[in-house]
Amino acid sequence: MTKEMLTGAELIVRTLEHLKISTVFGLPGGAILPAYDPLYDSPIRHILARHEQGAGHMAEGYAQATGELGVVIATSGPGATNLITSLNNALMDSTPLLAITGQVATEAIGNDAFQEAYTVGLTISATKHNYLITDVKEIPQILLEAKHIATSGRPGPVLVDIPKDILNDKTSWVEPKLEELPGYKPTLEANPRMIQQAVELIKNSKKPILYVGGGIIHSKANQELFELSTKYNIPVVTTLMGRGAFPDGNDLCIGMPGMHGNYTATTSIQNSDLLIALGVRFDDRVTANPKFFAQKAKVIHADIDPAEIGKVREPEVPIVGDAKSVIKGLIETLADTEVDTKDWLKEIKEMKKSYPLSYNQEEKGPLKVPYVLEELQKMSEEDSIVVSGVGQHQMWISLHWKFTYPNTWLNSGGLGTMGYSLPAAIGAKVAFPDKQVLALDGDGCFQMTCQELITASTENIPLKIVVFNNGNHGMVRQWQKIFYDHRFSASELTHHTPDYVALAEAMGAVGLRMVEKSDVNRVFEEMFKVNDRPVLVDCVVDPDDMVFPMVPAGGSNDVVLLNEDDLKKI
Amino acid sequence: MSERILSVLVEDKPGVLARVALTISRRGFNINSLSVGPTNIEGRSKMTIVTELESVEQVKKQLNKLVNVIKIVELDPDNTIESEVLLMKVSINKETQTSVIEKASLSGAKSVDVGQDYAVFELTGTSKELMKFEKLLKPYGIIEMIRGGRIAIQTKL
Ligand SMILES: Cc1ncc(C[n+]2csc(CCOP(=O)(O)OP(=O)(O)O)c2C)c(N)n1
Ligand SMILES: [Mg+2]
Repeated sequence: MTKEMLTGAELIVRTLEHLKISTVFGLPGGAILPAYDPLYDSPIRHILARHEQGAGHMAEGYAQATGELGVVIATSGPGATNLITSLNNALMDSTPLLAITGQVATEAIGNDAFQEAYTVGLTISATKHNYLITDVKEIPQILLEAKHIATSGRPGPVLVDIPKDILNDKTSWVEPKLEELPGYKPTLEANPRMIQQAVELIKNSKKPILYVGGGIIHSKANQELFELSTKYNIPVVTTLMGRGAFPDGNDLCIGMPGMHGNYTATTSIQNSDLLIALGVRFDDRVTANPKFFAQKAKVIHADIDPAEIGKVREPEVPIVGDAKSVIKGLIETLADTEVDTKDWLKEIKEMKKSYPLSYNQEEKGPLKVPYVLEELQKMSEEDSIVVSGVGQHQMWISLHWKFTYPNTWLNSGGLGTMGYSLPAAIGAKVAFPDKQVLALDGDGCFQMTCQELITASTENIPLKIVVFNNGNHGMVRQWQKIFYDHRFSASELTHHTPDYVALAEAMGAVGLRMVEKSDVNRVFEEMFKVNDRPVLVDCVVDPDDMVFPMVPAGGSNDVVLLNEDDLKKI
Repeated sequence: MSERILSVLVEDKPGVLARVALTISRRGFNINSLSVGPTNIEGRSKMTIVTELESVEQVKKQLNKLVNVIKIVELDPDNTIESEVLLMKVSINKETQTSVIEKASLSGAKSVDVGQDYAVFELTGTSKELMKFEKLLKPYGIIEMIRGGRIAIQTKL
């Protein structure tokens, strides 16, 4: 019997099916066109984005909501360059992504052929790894390897670039088997000696604090974290990427520290004598000036990426390993030890009481984002997936929204990519059609990728979108107020153009608007009634509201500004 | 001395040098020398990277993240043999010819080509020896000089 011969294009689709990929996001074009033909017959769902950046963020949202690989497909040249923002975004936030791009035919490479870009060269620094395929036989093996690299160790984006002639070449199907990669062996199991040293520090600590981030979510270690914290009474701060890793409803949760963190989270790190840092990278938005960060604390730093350890702060105890294995090791070794944190928890409790988050929603005044968020949360489900843009609204959501579960808070933390929210929310809703998915976006951000609303409508993805319309690049305006003497250079957008309600309707969604306090509940009620289409709420809010607390960039976390009056301190 | 030498075993695949170079420039590391060439193992190349003490840990860790980087060894400065090759074209004339060639030969350089008004020397040695040689012949007029990058090997097993 002769073996069935498949084209490179068919091999891609066959391999994706073999890897149990059920959904891909993308946009076709000349060089990748052969792959779209067998995709037409495949059970794999293809979501046609309106821009490759959107397709990339959709795949990211899918990956971040599920903890599984997201897949995006684009053509050569402009298709690939449009992807770069999402690749870099996935790299910064450690999101497992597989990007497949078409390339011009092998013999045209290097000749500035039509729609040729040096995709591998352009994306070396924006990916965890990338490949140029040179032989059709490599396709299944490299796609398997790419998935392995994207999803293991510290997850990240991997790109596979495939010339068009190779998509048309034929070979037989050989089931790919993962072979050892000589240069890629992530350390997963923590070294017991390091665990022992960490435990000694914990035993002797009076003011320990768990400083946890995205690593907990990637390693699905939230239950282990919960046990570690609640069994030994150690309070937890959750970074922007770690929100949801520990339930906000628990008394031991202090929430987000840093530049716009809450006072207690930022200050309890400063007062602590031991930071148990798990799956975090001492980002400058957390530490402010690292010279002044947690000066009284010893540091245990556990991360799966050895390069994060000692990059910003030299720890007393470095631990390389997967967060889950590290925490299990800590719990096993701590065993029945009692960590006496009573006084410490009291200190934190009092701080929380003295420095609560606040906002001032006047009865007749303009809407304030935190008020709207609190009302929205009351009306939405406990496991809603909230997807944010970048700016003031993002900080307000992270501060005021109460997260209970991991993977229910998606945002662009590391790269701070405006335009992330709507497409990422589409990806999340595709992954979880039965969950409420709320894209809570800024007006500036929304305008960067709003064409994806068409994707949501035409592909029947009924998510909810709230555009916090302050008529401004609010975060930019806030900095201009503080640091540039109220000179609002290029930060104004206007409240009324576009007409978001009309825009939503034009794109096949339902458009609603809220302007005053008395609108809020009624409009959200209406919003939740729409389930057959996407629905967008134009939420007109105060352009002059500012996010507090705040620690100005490069400052010390000892000086937290709590309100506008405090600005005199700087 | 604050210099550190890394011996980096990499897969001999297209783009590996670009990945290493991008990692180094992206992180702003100080690199004094980088050389690359084949090894006795098929499919493997070796890079010798000379960096400063302050950046060596991060250079190692960041390079280790590259999938095509197999192994990084920091060479023990007390047990390392270092070598670099230099090619130099020096201008000569009837008066200087003899002394230039004699000086070069006393330094251990090989004259690989001698014309009427120029001589080409090849010298292998430590970077210090190469610099000394350059200084020695500078007064005669160096037309062109190329150095091959430092390579190093540990002396003990
Ligand atoms: C792609 C991109 N360009 C520019 C910026 C800089 N930036 C950060 S926040 C922001 C304003 C965001 O405005 P909006 O979406 O309206 O959110 P708001 O701050 O008003 O809540 C800008 C321009 C960015 N983060 N990303
Ligand atoms: Mg805005």
